[in-house]
Amino acid sequence: MSARREAWFTTLCVVALGLPLLLLLVLFGQVLVDSLPRLSWDFLSSFPSRRAENAGVLPGLVGSALLCLGTAAIALPVGVGAAIFLEEYGGNRRMARVIELNVANLAGVPSILYGILGLALFVRTLGLGRSVISGAATLALLVLPVVIVAAREALRAVPHGLREASLALGATRWQTIRRVVLPSAAPGIFTGAILAVSRALGETAPLVVIGAVAYVTYLPDSPRAAFTALPIQIFSWISRPQASFAHNAAAGIVVLLALLLVLNAAVIVLRDRAQRRAAR
Amino acid sequence: MSTAAAAVPSTPAADDAKRPGRAKMEVRALSAAFGSNQVVRAIDLDIEARRVLAIIGPSGCGKSTFVRCLNRMHEITLGATVTGQVLLDGEDLYGRGVDPVLLRRRVGMVFQKPNPFPTMSIKENVLAGLRLTGTLGGTDAARVVESALTSAALWDEVKDRLDAPGGSLSGGQQQRLCIARALAVEPEVLLMDEPCSALDPIATARIEDLIHVLRERYTIVIVTHNMQQAARASDTTAFFLHGELVECSPTERLFTHPRDRRTEDYITGKFG
Ligand SMILES: Nc1ncnc2c1ncn2[C@@H]1O[C@H](COP(=O)(O)OP(=O)(O)OP(=O)(O)O)[C@@H](O)[C@H]1O
Ligand SMILES: [Mg+2]
Repeated sequence: MSARREAWFTTLCVVALGLPLLLLLVLFGQVLVDSLPRLSWDFLSSFPSRRAENAGVLPGLVGSALLCLGTAAIALPVGVGAAIFLEEYGGNRRMARVIELNVANLAGVPSILYGILGLALFVRTLGLGRSVISGAATLALLVLPVVIVAAREALRAVPHGLREASLALGATRWQTIRRVVLPSAAPGIFTGAILAVSRALGETAPLVVIGAVAYVTYLPDSPRAAFTALPIQIFSWISRPQASFAHNAAAGIVVLLALLLVLNAAVIVLRDRAQRRAAR
Repeated sequence: MSTAAAAVPSTPAADDAKRPGRAKMEVRALSAAFGSNQVVRAIDLDIEARRVLAIIGPSGCGKSTFVRCLNRMHEITLGATVTGQVLLDGEDLYGRGVDPVLLRRRVGMVFQKPNPFPTMSIKENVLAGLRLTGTLGGTDAARVVESALTSAALWDEVKDRLDAPGGSLSGGQQQRLCIARALAVEPEVLLMDEPCSALDPIATARIEDLIHVLRERYTIVIVTHNMQQAARASDTTAFFLHGELVECSPTERLFTHPRDRRTEDYITGKFG
């Protein structure tokens, strides 16, 4: 009886796992097939064009890569700093709780609102314009809660005994955090970075709001330059009526997925290096 | 106050204070609490230089809390408070202007559970105290490592794998590594909170031998649940109960002719 139930349950689990996987595979297969006529080195290295077969994805690719790096460069230090404050210095319990609640809620705010915030704050008030740096800063705000939550988990997992051992050796609080706690927490923090980068790479709405342009015929040459990103490029191709642009969109999606894999792999390598150190 | 490395000036008075048997630390009316929960009450106790003081008592009687007051580790817990005085060479640790960070380099600590830094090698663990505090400077790292590990009776076992991770050692070796780590900072007093409770009898015996040797150079306070250990390893024994110091006598006397009835009940196993 219980063995049969067990079998039933196993089957159910396999179906629950298999169905979405199958769906994903079909989707990806469809996209891959659609992209085949366009996928080539030229597609990667050309600028957009009115003629589908000449159009390329270079500005979007570069823009997305820059956005990701910029987002990580802003969100990681700020997020990890906030996590350190909350976990290690959260002496003022009331304030720590208020911040905590806010962070949790921020994670649920629709991304387009971050776009509006970015538009008001970075583009207008700070006068950064519709630029790569505005985009990266906006996305950094967007992924900040993810980074903070992951970093806090990682800090909390560091045994209390290690902090005490360090303090008992005559280290200050900051020396303890810097040399003992952070190295042990690094793998978890990198996991947060992976989530952040993945999320930033796929976001479209906030970038549309702050004014990424779909048709860019040059590469950003400074943080203040106008930019586009892969999701925006893809979106603009999909909304064209001509069928030939659909192939471009499919090829763009493949490039986006590949970029996601490359960036995540890079972070995973960093994380494993940190993990090997932490596990020693 | 300077770092431990800058040692005590060699005026006759200071030499005198370092002589075995003189009070290295004097505890005066020391009380400690977690919030409103008073766990150490009005302790008066002298800790003699280059002698071993054992602290015994039933679980929860405040032994750990007491020793953590001796290097100001108690106060890092949120809501923990201390009143009274602890004099180190006549100077109050809780006086104004005393930096707990610098103090902890003079009064080192070994914990119950071996806690080597997992991200560091054996060598880095020994140097951790100096590296963390940026006081390694020009000192010869290799010499510091060798002498600290030798003092902790670990050198022969690890000299060929100094770059191996600290966590790759056995429990007993890890505890000796932690002792080496504490010694590398050159403290004057070494606090050990149940250093053998996670170890087997052989590893325990090694640490006890080590305490015998270290006693020549350091003032040692050891918390233990093991009365044989207290009897073997210490010169003086203090018995704590419910946060109070019941009796503090030369070890032999405490175990053969306890003054207090409660001490007798405890050491004969009537409670605790
Ligand atoms: N972090 C803490 N917060 C609140 N109360 C604590 C804390 N640590 C210890 N206490 C309380 O203080 C009292 C004394 O604890 P302490 O650790 O000093 O006892 P101990 O004599 O070392 O016991 P053991 O032999 O079990 O190690 C206990 O009643 C305990 O409940
Ligand atoms: Mg204890």
